[in-house]
Amino acid sequence: MKIVIPVDENNRDTSVCISFGRTPYFWMHDTETKEDTFLVNEAAESRGGAGIKAAQTIVDHKIDVLLTPRCGENAAEVLKAGDTKIYKTTQETARENIDAYLSGKLSELHEIHAGFHGHGEN
Amino acid sequence: MKIAVLSGKGGTGKTLVSVNLAAAATQSIYIDCDVEEPNGHLFFKPIEIVEEEITIKMPVVDHKLCDGCRKCVDFCKFNALAYIKDQLIVFEEVCHSCGGCMLLCPQQALTEQEKVIGCVRSGTSENTVVHTGILNTGEATGIPIIKRLLEDPKEGSTLQTFIDCPPGSACIVMESIKDADYCVLVAEPTLFGVHNLNMVYELVRIFNKPFGVVLNKCLEGENPAEIFCLEKGIKILGKIPYNQELGKINSNAEIAVRVDERYKSLFGTLLETVMKEVAYETASHSKW
Repeated sequence: MKIVIPVDENNRDTSVCISFGRTPYFWMHDTETKEDTFLVNEAAESRGGAGIKAAQTIVDHKIDVLLTPRCGENAAEVLKAGDTKIYKTTQETARENIDAYLSGKLSELHEIHAGFHGHGEN
Repeated sequence: MKIAVLSGKGGTGKTLVSVNLAAAATQSIYIDCDVEEPNGHLFFKPIEIVEEEITIKMPVVDHKLCDGCRKCVDFCKFNALAYIKDQLIVFEEVCHSCGGCMLLCPQQALTEQEKVIGCVRSGTSENTVVHTGILNTGEATGIPIIKRLLEDPKEGSTLQTFIDCPPGSACIVMESIKDADYCVLVAEPTLFGVHNLNMVYELVRIFNKPFGVVLNKCLEGENPAEIFCLEKGIKILGKIPYNQELGKINSNAEIAVRVDERYKSLFGTLLETVMKEVAYETASHSKW
């Protein structure tokens, strides 16, 4: 199974990024191979729809589970269509959250925010 | 002659100033670009209303034709398209109707469909032609409505035209002042008012527009907005007192110029000052 988490830095001690769509990196963890990959989030620089683009990348990488502090409605729609489950992070560091998820301590994210579409842009 | 009236926040008196300036003119056009909550028409109560629907073009997918090449997904700068599980998804509220995806699609799987986002209502109120832009609730942007409102009006550009802008300094305001000959900034006498005045002050300078300030809700004593103007060397066009009577006229949705001689004279003088400034600015700062 593949897990992904938005992170501030591309190392294993990184904190979780508060934004999903505009996070600088994604940490991908494969629970079978124990392989860790850090992916640059190209959606971060988008003028708009960053959540949609980031979610597209997640689905393209065939990720099963996303761990995130929050998620906007458009991104959630893409992830849902792609069968990626969303769980809410509770810890500060990414590693603690991955461990928490693996030991069944995280629950699914249900509060999907309406997004920040066009704010400061339109 | 287009005069845009703007301010950094709502409630400073943009509508008060633009409605009364339009009413004080011999013959004028009033355009309400505050499409999210237009209220100038409440004062003018225009008659003989003609309504025009405003539509935008949305891409619609024919899933049978789409072969999943993703050219449209990669092209869209606004990320309004996603391709998930062999299906293209369009996010209408993110789409800016540029039409690029439809041009690009090698399979011609994307076609455009008109979507109504609001309307423009036009009517007359005594000496003023009133155009009101109305954006439907839930729509992402009123810019297409503002573009339509500000297309050269058939009444001719020789008439004095007053543009009541949306509050703030975002794209929707930029669209409203883009073709204005002069900008009137309305300011409140508070520190918060100065902060908001500074926002629109920076905006009109970026746009290289000639401008002046109307100090609204003026009280006895120090006026931070006035101090700001003096420090920056900004032309003060006029002052409107903070007074209960004017408040009452306004909350009864009456036009001060039409019901009270004092305000007729106050806004008449303000109009003259603005027109003098416009004439001076167009003569001395002409691009040609």
